[in-house]
Amino acid sequence: MNWTDEGIVLSARKHGESAAIVTLLTRENGRHSGLVRGGYGSRARGIYQTGNLVSAHWRARLSEHLGTYSCELLQPNAAMLMSERLPLLALTSAAALVERLLPEREPHPDTFASLSALIEILEADENWLPRYVEWELGLLNQLGYGLDLTECAATGSTDDLVFVSPRTGCAVSAGAGTPYQEKLFDLPTFFMTSDPAPMSEDIDMGLRITGHFLARCAKDADAGDLPTSRARFVDRVARGARD
Amino acid sequence: MSSPEIERLIQMLAKLPGLGPRSARRAALHLIKRRNSLLDPLASAMAQAAQSVTICGICGNLDAADPCGVCADDRRDRGQVCVVEDVADLWALERAASFKGTYHVIGGTLSALDGRGPEDLNIASLLTRVATGEVTEVILATSATVDGQTTAHYISDRLEDLSDEKGAGLSITRLAHGVPVGGELDYLDDGTLSAALKARRPV
Repeated sequence: MNWTDEGIVLSARKHGESAAIVTLLTRENGRHSGLVRGGYGSRARGIYQTGNLVSAHWRARLSEHLGTYSCELLQPNAAMLMSERLPLLALTSAAALVERLLPEREPHPDTFASLSALIEILEADENWLPRYVEWELGLLNQLGYGLDLTECAATGSTDDLVFVSPRTGCAVSAGAGTPYQEKLFDLPTFFMTSDPAPMSEDIDMGLRITGHFLARCAKDADAGDLPTSRARFVDRVARGARD
Repeated sequence: MSSPEIERLIQMLAKLPGLGPRSARRAALHLIKRRNSLLDPLASAMAQAAQSVTICGICGNLDAADPCGVCADDRRDRGQVCVVEDVADLWALERAASFKGTYHVIGGTLSALDGRGPEDLNIASLLTRVATGEVTEVILATSATVDGQTTAHYISDRLEDLSDEKGAGLSITRLAHGVPVGGELDYLDDGTLSAALKARRPV
C-alpha cells in the first residue's frame, strides 16, 4: 500500500529517540497518521511543525498498518506565524480541533481546503478573527453539526432572527425567543451578514456558540473535552478584547 | 550467558539516550575490561553526582550547590534573566559565553498533545522572581518550534500582566530566528529562510 498526497501537519508526537508519529490532514486521504523515522531529530523537526504544508508519501505493508511517511516541505506556514501571538494560537487551536474531531482515514477535501484557506488568511489578513469563527462554523457543518440560521425554529419566520438555540442549533426570532433569552445564545450579526469587522462582543459570542457545539460533537464522538489549545486561544481573544 | 550483575549493567546502560541493547552490551564489556581506568572512576563519579547534584531553588539549574554557580556569581547581571526550556539549553548558552546574565529553566514547553499545561512548568517561580523588581529584562530563549513559541507568548502575556500591575518597565525580548552563522542560503530550509526574511532589519 502506498500513496502520495499533500497534507497539513496537525501534530508530531515523539516516538522513541528521534522518530515521530506525524498526523496530517491530507487532501484526498483525510486525517492520517504515520511514523517518520528521524522526524523528531534536529534536521527534520522543522518540517513537522503544526500548520506546515508537506508533500507526503505514505507506505505500509497492509492498509490498516500505521505505515511510514516521508515528507517534503512545500510551505513553511509555522515559521510564518511563529512570531504572531494570536494567529499562532488560532493555528494550533484549528489543528487540534481537526485532529480531535475529524474521523481518521476518511477523505474530507472540504476540511482540507478550508484549513488551507484559514492558514492563508492568518498569514495575510489582519482582520482574520471573524474568519476563524466562520471556519469553526464550517467545521461544524462538515462534521454534521451545522447551525441552521435560515429561519426561526419556533415560528418559521425569516425576519428578526436574533437568538440561537443551544439545543437544536437553529435560529430563533426575537418574538419567539425573548421569554427564554437567558437560555439562548445571542446570534452574532456577522453570522448572518458576513460583516468584515464585527464587534469584539460578537466575536466572543461566536466563539461561545461554536465552542458549545464543538464540545457536543466531541462528546458524541467520545473524543473527550475540547483541546486545551482552543481554550487558550479563546482566553487570549477575550484578553485582547479587555486590553 | 553473562552473570545477572552484568545483565543488569547492560539493561541500565541500554536505557541511556543513544544506546540500544547491542551498543549497551559493547559499552558494558568496554567498562568491565577497563575496571581500574574506567569502571571504578565512572561508578564513583556517578555515586558522587547522585549524592550531591541538586536543582537550584532560584533558576532550576543543576549544580552541586543551591543556589547554583550561575546564581551565586556576583559578576553576573541579575537584571537580565534568560528563560530556557531545559538545562541542556542553559549549558549551550554558557558554552557560547556571550551572555552574562542569569537563567530560568522552565522544564519544557506547553503541549496540548502531551497534556502539559502552565502549572506543569516552572513559570510561577519566574513570575515571583520578576515580581521582586530586580529584573529589568527577560529574554525568552525557547526553541523555534510551534510549542516553544506558544510557550514564549504565554510567558510574555503573564509578564506583561505583572509589569502592568507593578507599573515597572520590564523589557521582554526573544532570540532572533534566521540564518545561522556560516549558513549558505542555498542550503537553508524554507522555514528558516521565511523566518529570516520576516525578521529582517535595517543595515
